[in-house]
Amino acid sequence: MVRSERFAVHQVIGNPVVHVERMVEWDVDELIVLDISEGEPTRFHHERADYREPGAGDLLGFVRKIAAECRIPLTLGGRIRTVDDIAVRIRTGADKVTINTAALESPRLVGEAASRFGSQAIVVGIDYRQGANGARVHADHGRIDTGRDVVSWAREAADRGAGEIFLNAVDRDGTAQGYDLESIARVADAVPVPVVACGGAGHMRHFLECFERTGASGVAAGNIFHFTENAYPRAKAFLRGKRDDVR
Amino acid sequence: MATRVAVIEYGVGNVGSVVNACARIGADVAIARDGDELRAQAPEAIILPGVGAFGAALELIRSRGFEAAVGEQVHDAGVPFLGICVGMQALADSCEEFGEHHGLGWIPGTVCRLVPPGSPVRLPHVGWNTVDASADDPVLGGLAGAHFYFVHSYAMRCDQQYVVGTTEYGGTFPSAVRIGHAWGIQFHAEKSSLAGERLLGQFLAFADACSSGG
Repeated sequence: MVRSERFAVHQVIGNPVVHVERMVEWDVDELIVLDISEGEPTRFHHERADYREPGAGDLLGFVRKIAAECRIPLTLGGRIRTVDDIAVRIRTGADKVTINTAALESPRLVGEAASRFGSQAIVVGIDYRQGANGARVHADHGRIDTGRDVVSWAREAADRGAGEIFLNAVDRDGTAQGYDLESIARVADAVPVPVVACGGAGHMRHFLECFERTGASGVAAGNIFHFTENAYPRAKAFLRGKRDDVR
Repeated sequence: MATRVAVIEYGVGNVGSVVNACARIGADVAIARDGDELRAQAPEAIILPGVGAFGAALELIRSRGFEAAVGEQVHDAGVPFLGICVGMQALADSCEEFGEHHGLGWIPGTVCRLVPPGSPVRLPHVGWNTVDASADDPVLGGLAGAHFYFVHSYAMRCDQQYVVGTTEYGGTFPSAVRIGHAWGIQFHAEKSSLAGERLLGQFLAFADACSSGG
């Protein structure tokens, strides 16, 4: 498992199976697992600490292992190119998948996937960076500027059948400076489907701000939950004290 | 003696989650891929899961011979039944989506969109929500106020007499229904953490009592 910063620095921080177990113990609302590896699909980097786990040396083995004990919704993303890639993951235990670059390259994949598995299983992940011309969608691990405006692509993805939009601010990733509330609000207002915001959470008040100031249906975070002690249970307790729509 | 549960596999969604959840709570769980397999298994309880569209689900249920087999087991042999999500919706007469789709018709009612197109309320209804559940229902009892995981855009509309749980989203809708020893739940108990496991456990305990009580 890795932490990241602006999608550039990737530091290995441990065994993903152990982290998933902790998330399940914390009874998190949903778990999103993103495979950001590159190169040969079945070979993981030798620095990963989970190669010692039996059955975890390949992605599907890993999914099977966590799916058996995962009593909360699981979304899987990364390296999904075709409808068959989605089928394999759902069969193995994912409740939803998130597709990103493949949807940008071939937008009809969204509709095909939604037809086959139902919109509720298809999340379109959108990574974006702020530039001179506004918030621009980036493909391929946040590397390639597609020239598309984030609101326009989000609308199209929803029209084509995405059941949710997972919106990720690359510039904010790992910075702990708070969510990009303005862009999140614009995207949430533009689409009829739920939007989950990600990128920049550094303090539990950032979650509250996102709910109070945007139409986001959910907030997602990675780094904060891996580095700050007991961050998830504390964040939940804090939010429950401020709102009545939190589990 | 572990309760023998048959989980119906008809090509819609992922039965793995339901199978895993049943296994976690100690059931003896098997997958039935068609009506004959279900008959051969002669289970003590039947679960019909499912996600996605009503029409596609009913077509697959029928093409695999489940309508008759499940009907025999539940109505003739008295086997307790639990329908989840589309598995609950299938119990209705029809669905308003894409014209006439005939359901199993166990509960008089229709499946409709939760809110009309253009509503400010977002669809699908996805995430955790609470169920206002009947305190004395064998499956839903003790779970009022607990959070369960929903992911759907349609819901059953039926007479109050069949409703054992309601939920608020764009209005009040039935999130749990019952007719005799057949239940339908709109939410995914298999993905609803401990509350879900408790519900499944209560369903299996009911089934257990049925088969040992004779």
